[in-house]
Amino acid sequence: MNPPKGAARQHTDTRTSAPVRLEGRDKVTGTARYAAEYAPDGRVYAWPIPATIARGKIVAIDCGQALAEPGAIAVLTHENAPRLGETGDRTLAVLQTPGIAHRGQYVALAVAETLEAARATAAAVRVEYAPERHQVLPRPDHPDSHVLEEADDEAPEGWQRGDVEGAYAAAEIRIDAVYRIPALHNHPMEPHAATALWADGQLVVHDSSQGAGWVRQTLSELFGMDRDRITVVSEHVGGGFGSKGTTRPHAVLAAMAARHVGRPVTLALPRNQLAAVVGYRAATEQRLRIGAAADGRISALAHEVVSYHSTIGDFVEQAAKPARSMYASPHSRTSHRVGPLDVPPPSWMRAPGECSGMFALESAMDELAVACGIDPIELRIRNEPDRDPASGLPFSSRHLVECLREGARRFGWTPGPRRPGSRTEGGLLIGTGVAASTYSADVEPSEAEAHADASGNIRILLNATDIGTGARTILAQIAAEALDVPLDRVRIEIGSSDLPYAPIAGGSTGAASWGWAVHKAATALAAQLADRNIPLSEAGLRMAVNTEADVAARSAEYARRSFGAQFAEVQVDRDTGETRLRRLLGVFAAGRILNARTARSQFVGAMTMGASMALLEHSTMDPAFGDHPERDLASYHVAVSADVPDIQAYWIEEEDPHLNPLGVKGIGEIGIVGTAAAVANAVYDATGVRVRTLPVRVESLLPNLGAR
Amino acid sequence: MDRLSHATAVTLHVNGVPRDLVVDHRTTVLDALREHLDLTGAKKGCDHGQCGACTVLVGGRRMNSCLLLAVAQDGAEITTIEGLSEGGRLHPVQEAFLERDAFQCGYCTPGQICSAVGALEEMASGWPSAVTDPDRATDRDAEIRERMSGNICRCGAYVNIVAAVGDAGRHESPTAAAGRRAGQTAAAGTHAGQAADEPGEASR
Repeated sequence: MNPPKGAARQHTDTRTSAPVRLEGRDKVTGTARYAAEYAPDGRVYAWPIPATIARGKIVAIDCGQALAEPGAIAVLTHENAPRLGETGDRTLAVLQTPGIAHRGQYVALAVAETLEAARATAAAVRVEYAPERHQVLPRPDHPDSHVLEEADDEAPEGWQRGDVEGAYAAAEIRIDAVYRIPALHNHPMEPHAATALWADGQLVVHDSSQGAGWVRQTLSELFGMDRDRITVVSEHVGGGFGSKGTTRPHAVLAAMAARHVGRPVTLALPRNQLAAVVGYRAATEQRLRIGAAADGRISALAHEVVSYHSTIGDFVEQAAKPARSMYASPHSRTSHRVGPLDVPPPSWMRAPGECSGMFALESAMDELAVACGIDPIELRIRNEPDRDPASGLPFSSRHLVECLREGARRFGWTPGPRRPGSRTEGGLLIGTGVAASTYSADVEPSEAEAHADASGNIRILLNATDIGTGARTILAQIAAEALDVPLDRVRIEIGSSDLPYAPIAGGSTGAASWGWAVHKAATALAAQLADRNIPLSEAGLRMAVNTEADVAARSAEYARRSFGAQFAEVQVDRDTGETRLRRLLGVFAAGRILNARTARSQFVGAMTMGASMALLEHSTMDPAFGDHPERDLASYHVAVSADVPDIQAYWIEEEDPHLNPLGVKGIGEIGIVGTAAAVANAVYDATGVRVRTLPVRVESLLPNLGAR
Repeated sequence: MDRLSHATAVTLHVNGVPRDLVVDHRTTVLDALREHLDLTGAKKGCDHGQCGACTVLVGGRRMNSCLLLAVAQDGAEITTIEGLSEGGRLHPVQEAFLERDAFQCGYCTPGQICSAVGALEEMASGWPSAVTDPDRATDRDAEIRERMSGNICRCGAYVNIVAAVGDAGRHESPTAAAGRRAGQTAAAGTHAGQAADEPGEASR
């Protein structure tokens, strides 16, 4: 089912005929409401108080002065807060014990009549600690450091095929380099927020979440309630990028506070507290060793990652995993050495694993191309596997080579070995770089309902979440297409746990998982409608479906991933060392594209975040305080308009019959994978300086540029 | 409110309607809009003037409303995102944002749109920006990128935002722009000749 080579069509013009976002009008007029913007009668405000030590315990909390603040209602601490049930997520056991696992962990919550009073009440709470010595910097010799066993099939010595050490030692060309990525913060524009309300034994929470169903499940465990007594609504969500994928402490705190004070409570986290409590991309140190023949054919590839997790969370950035599937290498090894640290818990950030790992791998591939004196695109083509090297299974579709070739053509790539420093414009050094992208194409079971009424209107119901991806719009399109009705006949209801079950918006699985269920429900409804000759009764027709069996019945005989190629052009000022991005271009093979308008935004948006990672984003760990000092948007720089020039995204018209009935792979994450490597490779091409530590900064370049 | 010890009565003219409020002296214009007037279009992204999500027009100029105390704005004319469309008819900038898909999650969008309205006004009035070169023809996209850089969009819709602002600027009727400018002479006149990059304004 491979499409003709080079079948990508031009999709640069945003003015396509694809439908505009269904909720777009609400967003541009300011009427779309987010979690903190619901104001039930009697609603009051909460303000959290973070720990100021990295490890130890609370000795005393003095709330006297705080409760004397005008408007103060209560201060919740581990001494008076409602007791919570157990969940698998220890970050949610808020205000349960005096123990402190990281700086920024919540130790108390102020509740007051107004936002201003809540902040003042919080500021007046006095907490006395008994600090213990903390360890916040990764140490490979840490006694608890080990090779991760949970990283899919990773044995104590790592994941391995063949004899990597022998093959590496025997290789003609050897690359051995260490790449470093700092901690990176998700920082969605809407800080995490929840409005909670208890009434008649029911709990209703408006939560800024990527999955209201997940939040309902954890709240039911924490508060010991049946799920049907809880409603979680996430109708409009101001971005998440993984940080709202799991239940977060703010939702639990809001629900606790609302129960404690007997009134609805809104808790919107202050921006400068997010870095400690909503997860982040853990810093990684990644050693890449590649052994190859003189013609670039890889014989050995080892990707070894050192990182960390928190003492109250097991999440590990599995950066080495993509190296198992990217290139044909008979001898290969990946490992993750991690240990627990007294740091804020790392968690999901857009393309966890792939985003970090592909910076290292695709930089190393560029180094190999230089060492072999061949074109970096040609190098990748020479190492193209005929099946997935990790599993031995055929790819359901791959098309990486097509993406590279199509991208090269559109970008105007100059073939041949790189000639660093060969292109200048006055005092500017100009360079171009390329890198490959990949992300898993997974699917999860989902439910959906489709209703038809007597006048031919369609309602689609499922608890999907639109965090800005355009999910509402594509799901309505899928239904309209299956039922052969105009889009404006379809009303879609998502973002509430009262709706049929659906998995979270995460892992680029939404379009495939929710779309499959909507397609199934709408197709079944269409069949029912076609069988009838009489008009529908008032009640109409309803079809409820579940894709659990369909997903389980999917063939296990294929490896399913999306792929892509990214190209960057940069300029580096020879005198100041400043790097500016000139343009980015990506070509992706990600299955069927459902809406050219919103899909392009997903690709370009993720590439923008990748460019931001390459050149700007930088968080550090303060060893004395045990926290990230870069906690706000003035100290943690993300790209703004002036940093983002021309970014173009294209895609291969890929038809893959082995995915799901829609042929979609999911596109939320792949756009950030490889971007940083493309940029750093372009910097090398411009300057001859190999930057292996992100972000690319003046300090790395200036000493090596040579004065004019 | 009677429990608050430091409060003052003010009138904010919001979207053309006088709104009488007794505000806590700590209350920002942003919180006055969101928490007292139920105008939640202006967003709180950082509360520190670092992200631009709270941008509104005050006296026709764009401002970070999280950096303005309501008590200091007695009598101010404030236009929020809710006041840009008239009787269901979208403002040209809103139309352009829809057509160009210049947003994803929508949280920075009201601030981006208010900022764009202000920026187009500044450009039409001939106010220079940091990238304005008097000896060269105006690079309109570069001007828009520079002037819109006080508004962060973490979804990364900048390419589309710049296109949308460009479209809206082109489509805007010169008479309408001139009319609005004439109505704002008093506010704008005091700043004539200054660069647009000032503290408190939605630019970086």
